[in-house]
Amino acid sequence: MVAEKKKEKERLFHLVKRNDIEPWKKWIIRIASVIIAALLAGGIFAVVAKDSAAFGGFFKEMWKGSFGTQRLAYVFTSDWAILMCISLAVTPAFKMRFWNIGAEGQTLAGALGAAIILYYLGGKIVEPVVILFMFAAALFMGMLWAVIPAIFKAIWGTNETLFTLMMNYVAIQLTNFFVNLWTRGTQTTMGNLGNGTIHGILGIPYIQNAVIVAIVTIIIFIYLRYFKHGYELEVVGESQNTAKYIGINVKKVIIRTMLLSGVICGLAGFLLVGGSPTPTINAELVAGRGFTAILVSWLSKFGPLAMIFVTAFVVFLQTGAKQGSNTYHIGASSAYSDIIVGLFFLIIIASEFFLNYRIKFRKKEGK
Amino acid sequence: MKLKKVLAIVLIIAVLAVAAISLVACVDDENKKGENPAYPDIFKDSSDEVVNTPVAMSDIKVGFIFLHDENSTYDKNFIDAANAATAALGLTQDQVLFRTNIPESEACYNAAAELAEAGCDVIFADSFGHETFLLQAAKEYPDVQFCHATGTHAYDENVANFHNAFASIYEGRYLAGIAAGMKLKEMYGDANGAVSAANAKIGYVGAFPYAEVISGYTSFYLGVKSIVSNVTMEVIYTNSWYDETAEREGANKLIANGAKLISQHADSMGAPSACEQAGIPNVSYNGSTQASCPTTYIISSKINWEPYFEYMIRRVSEGKAIRVDWCGTIETNSVQLTEIGAAAAEGTAEAINTAKAELLNGTRKVFDITKFTCNGAQITEETMADVHGSDFKPDSYPVSDGEYKESFYRSAPYFDLIIDGITVIGNVGGQA
Repeated sequence: MVAEKKKEKERLFHLVKRNDIEPWKKWIIRIASVIIAALLAGGIFAVVAKDSAAFGGFFKEMWKGSFGTQRLAYVFTSDWAILMCISLAVTPAFKMRFWNIGAEGQTLAGALGAAIILYYLGGKIVEPVVILFMFAAALFMGMLWAVIPAIFKAIWGTNETLFTLMMNYVAIQLTNFFVNLWTRGTQTTMGNLGNGTIHGILGIPYIQNAVIVAIVTIIIFIYLRYFKHGYELEVVGESQNTAKYIGINVKKVIIRTMLLSGVICGLAGFLLVGGSPTPTINAELVAGRGFTAILVSWLSKFGPLAMIFVTAFVVFLQTGAKQGSNTYHIGASSAYSDIIVGLFFLIIIASEFFLNYRIKFRKKEGK
Repeated sequence: MKLKKVLAIVLIIAVLAVAAISLVACVDDENKKGENPAYPDIFKDSSDEVVNTPVAMSDIKVGFIFLHDENSTYDKNFIDAANAATAALGLTQDQVLFRTNIPESEACYNAAAELAEAGCDVIFADSFGHETFLLQAAKEYPDVQFCHATGTHAYDENVANFHNAFASIYEGRYLAGIAAGMKLKEMYGDANGAVSAANAKIGYVGAFPYAEVISGYTSFYLGVKSIVSNVTMEVIYTNSWYDETAEREGANKLIANGAKLISQHADSMGAPSACEQAGIPNVSYNGSTQASCPTTYIISSKINWEPYFEYMIRRVSEGKAIRVDWCGTIETNSVQLTEIGAAAAEGTAEAINTAKAELLNGTRKVFDITKFTCNGAQITEETMADVHGSDFKPDSYPVSDGEYKESFYRSAPYFDLIIDGITVIGNVGGQA
């Protein structure tokens, strides 16, 4: 029959699953994918900038955007710290397969908590106390935003994806409410709220966020790898029934893990306000980093150490692409930098395919 | 359980914090009656002395900070003007530094400081919310000039290198209103030119209930009223500067309510395209929509920033002080009307020209207090407006010489009265 005949015919190539890839091969494939993405990005840049010299200029601008001057390098560490902190926050939850897509709202809630304290107490009591209150309020708000969906999930089995997403909107509207209240309905953003922030350590500006987040990174690394908690949440992620069978209180683990997740998001929120030279609050303060963090966490395979580099790479791409489009006066610059970041991720994720599968071509003599 | 203890401690802290807040939050409300504080004449330079080191035009560096990029009509208006002004002054591309998509937060301060370090002699930011962050950078870089559009802090803060600018766009809206009035009269006017109450109804899609928007629609309404005296207007807010769906929805709601003509103050094509679909005439903003709305486009008003950019760069080059607050006018070519649409009524150009001449020679005032009422009564010299400070409280007396003097005590609009004949009917959409 015709169908059978077709089946007999060998395809041009077929895919074989591979489990035995050597580490050096893995890295060659990954590095190659980054190089391919960079070449493509440079090519697109030259086309958009209508200047063939821009192809080389692209790589120069990428570097200049993040490390061109001392200030840009400092700002880079600060941007790195915020994204890193949120990525760390979502990691325990994702390892537990609790799909927390509410990091955006949890961070914003934390930032709002800090801003509320700063608005009402800033300049009225001594600064260290203000900062301490801001810190406590931010962590509390971040925790609250994470624990509410966790409790609903643990007790009533509600869908955490939708719940955490909706909590984002609640945080946004609550922020709008306060800004509206404080500006008597005349603005959507607050201006610079003035003092009440940690800025710089030992005279080095902008560095405080990176230092604090570096400490948190070590803590999370140890927590996930060497603590019973870290093991328990992994088991709950693998199979809730197994977890129950070996005597893990699943509800407790879910709530506890989300509590941790929320507290770290709250910390990121605190740093956004209390770690800024010009603290402020508005609904766009987190600027999508709560969602980018999920990607970062996933690409790092939930490893805090790999995350350090992945986060740095993402921030590098974002600021670099922005710098390039500014220097070459590309009109739709945000669209351009989104394309570049998207391109890199697409190719890097696609390269994972080659790590898992081998392509076998049909042999010529078999014809 | 440990968890419970932690929760209890956190809750106690929260309760204490709330108590502390409510104690501190009682601020006394008092408004003192008195004279308007002194304010620089925002239509004149205070001095032409050389106070800073002049910079040759070929060496000057100009930095621009934009909230979004060319995809936003608001920012495109600034970007186009920046390109035109720097080209007219003969600056090369590496003398003009753009920073696009800068949010109203620390990012603005960082961008401004970074531009100053990159050697910019003058730095401009285009969004209202940029102001305090730009101000912070201005204090740290006293040798660099910082200019801010739509802001209100320059006079109060008294920082020598920080300046505000805007334009008397209410005049442009008033003239666009005249074109709208002519259209209403042409469509529905009887032999004497009178329009029935049902037909003398128009609609307006506004972004936010802020003074800038209220001042805009009131002047537009007064322009229409100068032609059709019994006109009424309904206003709907979208609570966003750019929300195409909400703007379209808003326009459709106004049309369903019986509006015979629509105008808007928001940045998308939502309202004009809804009007084109319904066949309702539209007065646009920030640029002609003739190409996409050929049967309904009447006219559009806009602020042209090119004169300010040229002024700002020239003054820096000459080493002369930039005005604390600068208000562009029809005369400086800062307030412009775009081409009159094919759908406009006959005689529109003549009517606009007459009114424009009268505005220029001072015989006609947009906010002439005899031309409108609030709650059935004429407003008086006791009427107050919030011109100064950042406490969001009325502090000045803008009415004198028979008019409400808009953009007179500062360039940014402060007219925030809802006058008779205008009804705010609510909101569409939200921010999600």
